[in-house]
Amino acid sequence: MSGSSTYIPKSGLARWFESRLPIIGLIHSSFIVFPTPRNLNYWWTFGGILTFMLVAQIATGVVLVMHYTPEVTLAFASVEHIMRNVNYGWLIRYAHANGASMFFIAVYIHMLRGLYYGSYKAPREVLWIIGVIIYLLMMATGFMGYVLPWGQMSFWGATVITSLFSAIPFVGDTITTWLWGGFAVDNPTLNRFFSLHYLLPFMIAGVVVLHIWALHVPGSNNPAGLDVKTPKDTLPFHPYFTIKDGFGLACFLIFFSWFVFYVPNYLGHADNYIEANPMQTPAHIVPEWYYLPFYAILRSIPSKLGGVIAMFGAILVFAFLPWLDTSRVRSAAYRPVYRFFFWVFVACVLLLGYIGSRPPEGGAVLAGRLLTAYYFIYFLVILPLIGLFETPRELPASIADAVLGKQGAVSTEAVTH
Amino acid sequence: MATATIDAPTRRDFLFIATGAMGVVAAGSILWPLIDQMNPDASTLAAASTEVDIGNIAEGQIVTVKWRGKPVFIRHRTKKEITDSEAVPLSELRDPQTDQSRVQKPEWLVVIGICTHLGCVPIGHEGQYDGWFCPCHGSVYDTSGRIRQGPAPLNLAIPPYKFVSDTKLSIG
Repeated sequence: MSGSSTYIPKSGLARWFESRLPIIGLIHSSFIVFPTPRNLNYWWTFGGILTFMLVAQIATGVVLVMHYTPEVTLAFASVEHIMRNVNYGWLIRYAHANGASMFFIAVYIHMLRGLYYGSYKAPREVLWIIGVIIYLLMMATGFMGYVLPWGQMSFWGATVITSLFSAIPFVGDTITTWLWGGFAVDNPTLNRFFSLHYLLPFMIAGVVVLHIWALHVPGSNNPAGLDVKTPKDTLPFHPYFTIKDGFGLACFLIFFSWFVFYVPNYLGHADNYIEANPMQTPAHIVPEWYYLPFYAILRSIPSKLGGVIAMFGAILVFAFLPWLDTSRVRSAAYRPVYRFFFWVFVACVLLLGYIGSRPPEGGAVLAGRLLTAYYFIYFLVILPLIGLFETPRELPASIADAVLGKQGAVSTEAVTH
Repeated sequence: MATATIDAPTRRDFLFIATGAMGVVAAGSILWPLIDQMNPDASTLAAASTEVDIGNIAEGQIVTVKWRGKPVFIRHRTKKEITDSEAVPLSELRDPQTDQSRVQKPEWLVVIGICTHLGCVPIGHEGQYDGWFCPCHGSVYDTSGRIRQGPAPLNLAIPPYKFVSDTKLSIG
């Protein structure tokens, strides 16, 4: 998507087509000869894995819609119908439900890779912000999809999340009623969530195109965090990285399949196999695992509006990361102090997730508050300060030096003997 | 001369602004139906009232009835629950309301059974004040349905209701 194409059409027909729509040349320059840093490790395969998951979710989702009924008295039964009567319905639904979890596992690894190697820093700020937008769209899509089976967790999850908007001063209740299409979550809510759940993945696909476009302007970051300086620093995308991404994807699919075929309900909640009952809240409601850290932040603030602001703030703060991190060194491999605090942050988020899954009582409340405080202090205080006081390790002269340095020294030695 | 400045609004400026304004009005008038269609429809708005026979609700019992798709708690309060609720000083309350202002008859408390935090249905006879406890985020309400602990900002709301007779209650 950048630079001029080196594609030369071989046949007369290809030449004729290329001069009218140069799409083969675009694919050739973007995914065949695209110069890619030669030192990319397996953490860089998750972009490809995420693209695969988006396609898989859309494919299984379109098929599920052929059998699902978005109406409050029929929705729950239609999901059971898919599970029991539809040919391979169980497989398609389990692949879709677990696929959502796999999508989030992959996106969290992808985000942490970006955090660790400083992929959000100049000149990739716009690329990073587009990523934050994709993440927000994914959260909205996942949330609305979880409502569709119309189980108890679907209903009460929908009630809690839509009620977040009632915290907005003055117009909160009007907005909530508008979102519901009534005075509680009911059939109009289910219908519109179904409509939007079908729409949003295609919007994600559109934003993913922008994400890849923005990626292909500066090219990929890399584990050394260095800019590409000479052609020696890069390898063509195909076959080197198509094969690497393919192998990463195959390993990921084994992991995915284990969930689908052996523990398909492990990541779900038993309560969602009880049909929605607007008169009774389950004794302990929790969102899907991928929202738990933010749910813990919401509950940690002892004020309704404050909790909602903190929760959305915890996500939006990512968009400001390129300016909160004041260090110009990208990779944590050369930033000892940053690396330490990065892992503390990872532990903090995992613990917040655990707290989010616990009932809101006793020590869990205090722990949640301390972890919430660290979460924001990390972004707003620690990150800006580290960049000012840390002495980074010496950077290699180039990407080629970073990976070939040792081998190069050995081979020169061999030559001199 | 080409250097002559044109500072007075011209006929062209007027046409430009007028056309733009009409365009905004047109866009807005198309946008509004697309937004408003999501608001509650006529069938949802159709006034609904619920009549409840409260003659067989025993003292201390809480009965949940459905009104406009929402749960409403009807609590037949005991003597102790009434005196406890009335004895609370207003300074202790987050959303200060006297117990008397929340009931028509002291032994009957009628509240909308939706936590004012994020809309869950609180569980009766639970929590430190033996009123309600919300399982979602830990809000605690007393026997007058007033918020005492946890994240909820307001007391449980009171629906419009009247006693049709000693044993019949009409909500809505």
